[in-house]
Amino acid sequence: MVTYFKEILTGFYSLLAGMAVTIKYFVKPIVTVQYPRQKLSMSPAYRGHTEFVLDLETGTHRCIACEMCARICPSQLITVEGVKIDPKKKVPRKYVIEYQYCSLCGLCVESCPTKALKFSEEYRLAGFSREDCVVDLLARLQAQQQRAGLAVTPRPEARREEGEAKPEGEVKG
Amino acid sequence: MHEPGQEEKTYVLNFGPQHPSTHGVLRVELQMEGEFITKAAPDIGYGHRGHEHMAENRNYQQFLPNMGRVDYLHALAYNQGYCMAVEKLTGLEVPERAEFIRVITAELNRIASHLLWVGAYLLDLGAFTPFLYCFDDRENILDLLDRVTGSRLTYCYYRFGGVPKDIDDEFMAGCRAFITRLRGRFKDYDDLVTKNIIFIKRTRDIGVISKEQCVRYGLTGPMVRGSGIPYDIRKSEPYSVYPRFDFEIPIGERGDIMDRYLVRIREMAQSLRIIEQALDKLPDGPIMAEKVPKRIKPAAGEVYQAVETARGEFGCYIVSEGDIKPYRIKLRVPSFGNLSILPEIAVDTLVADLVAILGSIDVVVPEIDR
Amino acid sequence: MDNLVRILGTDLGRMLAGLIGVIALVSVNALFLIWMERKVAAHMQLRPGPMEVGWHGAIQTIADALKLMGKELITPAEVDRSVYLLAPIVVFLPVLLSFLVIPFSQTLVIRDMNVGVLLILAFAALTVLAILMAGWASNNKYAVFGSIRSVAQNVAYEIPLLITVMSPILMVGSYRLTDIVAAQEKFWFIVSQPLAFILYITCATAETNRAPFDLPEAESELVAGFHTEYSGMRFGLFFLAEYTNMFIVAALATIFFLGGWRGPVLPGWVWFLLKVYAIIFLIMWFRWTFPRVRFDQLITFAWKILIPLAFANLLLTALVMKLM
Repeated sequence: MVTYFKEILTGFYSLLAGMAVTIKYFVKPIVTVQYPRQKLSMSPAYRGHTEFVLDLETGTHRCIACEMCARICPSQLITVEGVKIDPKKKVPRKYVIEYQYCSLCGLCVESCPTKALKFSEEYRLAGFSREDCVVDLLARLQAQQQRAGLAVTPRPEARREEGEAKPEGEVKG
Repeated sequence: MHEPGQEEKTYVLNFGPQHPSTHGVLRVELQMEGEFITKAAPDIGYGHRGHEHMAENRNYQQFLPNMGRVDYLHALAYNQGYCMAVEKLTGLEVPERAEFIRVITAELNRIASHLLWVGAYLLDLGAFTPFLYCFDDRENILDLLDRVTGSRLTYCYYRFGGVPKDIDDEFMAGCRAFITRLRGRFKDYDDLVTKNIIFIKRTRDIGVISKEQCVRYGLTGPMVRGSGIPYDIRKSEPYSVYPRFDFEIPIGERGDIMDRYLVRIREMAQSLRIIEQALDKLPDGPIMAEKVPKRIKPAAGEVYQAVETARGEFGCYIVSEGDIKPYRIKLRVPSFGNLSILPEIAVDTLVADLVAILGSIDVVVPEIDR
Repeated sequence: MDNLVRILGTDLGRMLAGLIGVIALVSVNALFLIWMERKVAAHMQLRPGPMEVGWHGAIQTIADALKLMGKELITPAEVDRSVYLLAPIVVFLPVLLSFLVIPFSQTLVIRDMNVGVLLILAFAALTVLAILMAGWASNNKYAVFGSIRSVAQNVAYEIPLLITVMSPILMVGSYRLTDIVAAQEKFWFIVSQPLAFILYITCATAETNRAPFDLPEAESELVAGFHTEYSGMRFGLFFLAEYTNMFIVAALATIFFLGGWRGPVLPGWVWFLLKVYAIIFLIMWFRWTFPRVRFDQLITFAWKILIPLAFANLLLTALVMKLM
């Protein structure tokens, strides 16, 4: 009999203790952010898709089209086509990533011998089609240069043009 | 199922794969008599992605991001297990500082995983609010890990021979602030959950697993510790720099759900202790081994490395034939072993108990399916 | 104008005006309660809740109701059609009728019957029939589970509920709700009957299938319980009935234990609504704090704890009444 009442009382007390916790939080300020109106700042290490580092000394990218990134990529989503502009120097004519396949490992950035790649802070990545996720890094760089008021690096022409198609789909700038 | 004219007493209830409390795509086929379960048969494989096969077609680096996706809740332990196995195979020495960073981040990740478990488990039992408190705490960890690893869930942070990015003072200060914060929150969790009479009634003496059953089914992690066997890879086969820290292995007595819950809660406190000590002892130095080959090409041989994840023992077994691709990688995942006991302990319980038991196993379905 | 007054003066007019008033009250009340529940839940969970539609999401529920009305009414192939379609209506009617006898203030009562309490409790018992119909007709194992649980639960909790309200009735000596309020002139019955109040709130939570006793629709076990197979406004009606039921049990609690419309300064009906919503807040507070009990524990709790305590309370009340 005593245990019966004791259990009822301790049980009742434990319920009250739980309710005290929730009411304590009820009057506490809110911790969430109303997303489209308020935004959080991205952490400095955030890994978005990759983009070219804008080298302020030369005013352009450092990519030498060695294709190290394309080779190490686990999902094989980087397409680099290099073109030799002079016997010693090779630059990319096309650098496209198909971001929908990316697993954000960061191996491309680490493998780059000239440190030409960095992560962007782009986080709004939703698109309506597969093509919306294709990122053209050269186009991004050009936009970046325009914003910085620098000379825009033109796309080098390929030596041999054999009916080369445009990058598939619409390319995100 | 039943033949006409035959009197049937039992029926089949499909529990999942789309059910609120199967945590992913697990299906349990239940043979029921009224609300009592007479037979429970888990049906796995809905989330099979063939990770082990993928490993055979990629080189060692390229398999790295897969490890964050086998068990997405404690991804860093998987990172660690795989990296350590490859390091063992190639004989790479990891600098001390990198080992410490690995321990700190992996333990933070373990707390995040346990917090998510506590929240999701309470959700299974019908309490919604603790779930969001846990997520509030977990969010702090994600912010911290975001600062160093660059992602919030499927981390791919460790590399062969170290870590690619050093931790900064802000991260360390954040860790210390988090330790104080979470220690303060434990009291709230106690009042809200642990001492709650309804929670006690739902978990005490339900889903009891004996020591003998633990051994027979090869259970690991909090499942086996809840039954009173102090088996933790961090202590029994120490790896990394764990032997340098002072921490305990919490164990339960009865082996019921409540004990497994308490083990996880106490483990969080122990992880906090480890992080605190690691932050204090953090040595200076490089974070990456000096000579890491661009292309990992280990000599022929085989290696096994086990680590303790939030769910139990994760083992990575690599067979190399001296190629740049592994010949075979076998992943020993804890959830698979832990789930295997469900048919035995679910018999003669109610559906509500099945939800409680399944939740207490803490399965991560993609990990089972791989 | 004179005609209108004359019509309203008659019984029939009074009924008609009451019916319109009740329907308006039910819908506004449900809209408000759903918004309130979302806000209470949200703030307990450190988030703001709906914020977009209207001031602090005030008309979010209207938007949701519109969405529900716009949705296709899916009738699964193998259902028992007539019963399936009837269930949402059956769940809603008794709820509406219960409003007949609730005194919102001294004068604001549609029909002041001398068996008011019994009427409400009798109608409340009808809800379980609708739930059983819905679950059975759905031809879904989870739904049948939900409805069977609901029957067992309601049978178990009806008894302590009735016995509990017997104690204040014993003190007043009348089943008429206005008499019960009138008897609380000196002090509210919560002072003299604290145990009865606690028991009543517990039973009321179970009667309305609210957490921690929300077993008929236990989400993590039974997906959605008895209304798993209902979509669109049919589901909406179950939802509406749940919230209106909450209002009714809270109104009864107000009448029995919190002195009904009594209170200083403000008019009676304002006090009444304030008290009702305070009780509803309490019930919501339960829901967002506790885990769900298990089915057998729920029944054990009713038979081993609630019913003996309710009887003890009743006997004690009777004894004290006799001695005084």
